[in-house]
Amino acid sequence: MGRKVLMRGTHVLGEGAIRAGCRAYFGYPITPQNELPEYMAAAFAKMDDAVFIQAESELASINMVIGASVAGARVMTSSSSPGISLKQEGISYLAAMELPAVIVNMMRGGPGLGNIAPAQGDYFQATKGGGHGDYRVIVLAPAYGQEIADMARKAFDLADHYRTPVMILGDGMMGQMMEPVAFPDPIDPASLPKKPWVLDGAKGRPSKIVRSLWLDTTLEEEVNWRLFRKYEAIDREVPDQEMYLTDDAEMIVVAYGTAARIAKGGVNRLREMGYKVGLYRPKTLWPFPSTPLAELSRRVGRMLVFEMSTGQMLEDVKLAVEGRCTVTFYGRPGGIVSTPEEVARAITFEYRKMSAAGPPAPKVTRESEAKAARSA
Amino acid sequence: MLLKTVFSGFGGQGVLMMGYVLAVAGMREDKHVTFLPAYGAEVRGGTANCTVVVSDKEIASPVASSPEFVVAMNYPSMVKYRNMVKTGGSMFLNSDLISETPQRNDVRIVLVPANTLAHEMGNDRSLNMIMLGAVVEVTGLVSAESLGEAVETVLEGKKQGLIDMNRQGLQRGARFISTGK
Repeated sequence: MGRKVLMRGTHVLGEGAIRAGCRAYFGYPITPQNELPEYMAAAFAKMDDAVFIQAESELASINMVIGASVAGARVMTSSSSPGISLKQEGISYLAAMELPAVIVNMMRGGPGLGNIAPAQGDYFQATKGGGHGDYRVIVLAPAYGQEIADMARKAFDLADHYRTPVMILGDGMMGQMMEPVAFPDPIDPASLPKKPWVLDGAKGRPSKIVRSLWLDTTLEEEVNWRLFRKYEAIDREVPDQEMYLTDDAEMIVVAYGTAARIAKGGVNRLREMGYKVGLYRPKTLWPFPSTPLAELSRRVGRMLVFEMSTGQMLEDVKLAVEGRCTVTFYGRPGGIVSTPEEVARAITFEYRKMSAAGPPAPKVTRESEAKAARSA
Repeated sequence: MLLKTVFSGFGGQGVLMMGYVLAVAGMREDKHVTFLPAYGAEVRGGTANCTVVVSDKEIASPVASSPEFVVAMNYPSMVKYRNMVKTGGSMFLNSDLISETPQRNDVRIVLVPANTLAHEMGNDRSLNMIMLGAVVEVTGLVSAESLGEAVETVLEGKKQGLIDMNRQGLQRGARFISTGK
């Protein structure tokens, strides 16, 4: 780890990717993530073994990603919501051909052209397929500057290990905000494990084929089951989450990314006032970390899902909880960033419903309010 | 301790630079910091603002709905933020461009003639560092040493003359607060 530097999220992603051995980037501009291609262009201009191309469109850029990946490079592309929609066809092809690649989505308000403010409306698109066909994409959801750096490395490692596209799902605010970050030492791409499936010329060896067209239905079925078995392995091995003050919690707030750090502020505020509230923060959105959440649902009275959308991850929480406790939702879609105070009020509202049937809510005094105000 | 500061002015006044230097200074003191520039459909010559949070604990939100400190470098910024400053907080006004003061008894108002002081120093563009020096002298958000070192970090690779000029600006602002002139 080097010394700490103050960097914006998009630049952290760029530097993290380069240190992870990324040597190819293809993209097309869209706010609020333009500082990422800007960073890659500047950095790659100084490197002999790296390629940066600002493509003519999102479609072109994702197809360039396919080309670089099939040739063995650690390759990345990035965009924001509308641009990611355009890339979905290529992502489906990457999944079908089992090609590693890292795709960054700095989400903005939608649907349609929406706006350029931070939002979380692309959860369904990211975790439930996005493109056509029976496939999954690993989705990592950072919440802090340091985590963006760490997940940039992790994304490339997972992509290569499982031969699958990996998405880093952030939002516009995360990309613009600067925080102190310490980077891991850079990897030399030459030191990475060789990829035996790479297409690098068949001179002196039998030719290899990487394709996604299987007209023989029996063969296509086998491709689907093979992918399914891989996704099962990922679902066992990759889920990750942060559990904050959950040990004695009577109510859990579930949130990811920027929404999670705001929710944590709300949880801290309420803890000062004596509310037994904890935070469950998925760091992987697919595979969704269901098992620890299912465990929690056996002993808490209530869960509140908070998202910067009208409720998408909510469905995965309900699937994990299977009706063992009440699950409710609070959300602000369209580019609104809530304050920790606002989320604290939403939590209090739900908490009091729970204690109407169970133990009484903690007594809120003038002192505890003042203490909470200081810590929020 | 969790303190939020909003810096606001028009494009070209060095508003983002003020916030950036403060955030780097906080990082040098191993504090938790966030720097959030306003982004949106911004226009040339329009308003620029950023929010800096300095804390000894993890920071939940980089957004400030009621900041402890507001630095207004021009009149529209004062108007925009005068009702948002937290009770007990402070508002720093560039008194060369803001002749009106907000009618609030629960907020400390600090007037700094940043343009005039910068002009006297022989560099009109130093106004942002003069104001930042004054802000830190009043608030104690970071030490004067960290602030000076942060300028070195931020301007690393630039001409020494530029670095010195910015450091002198910080000192000038601090001296204005301590001596009143």
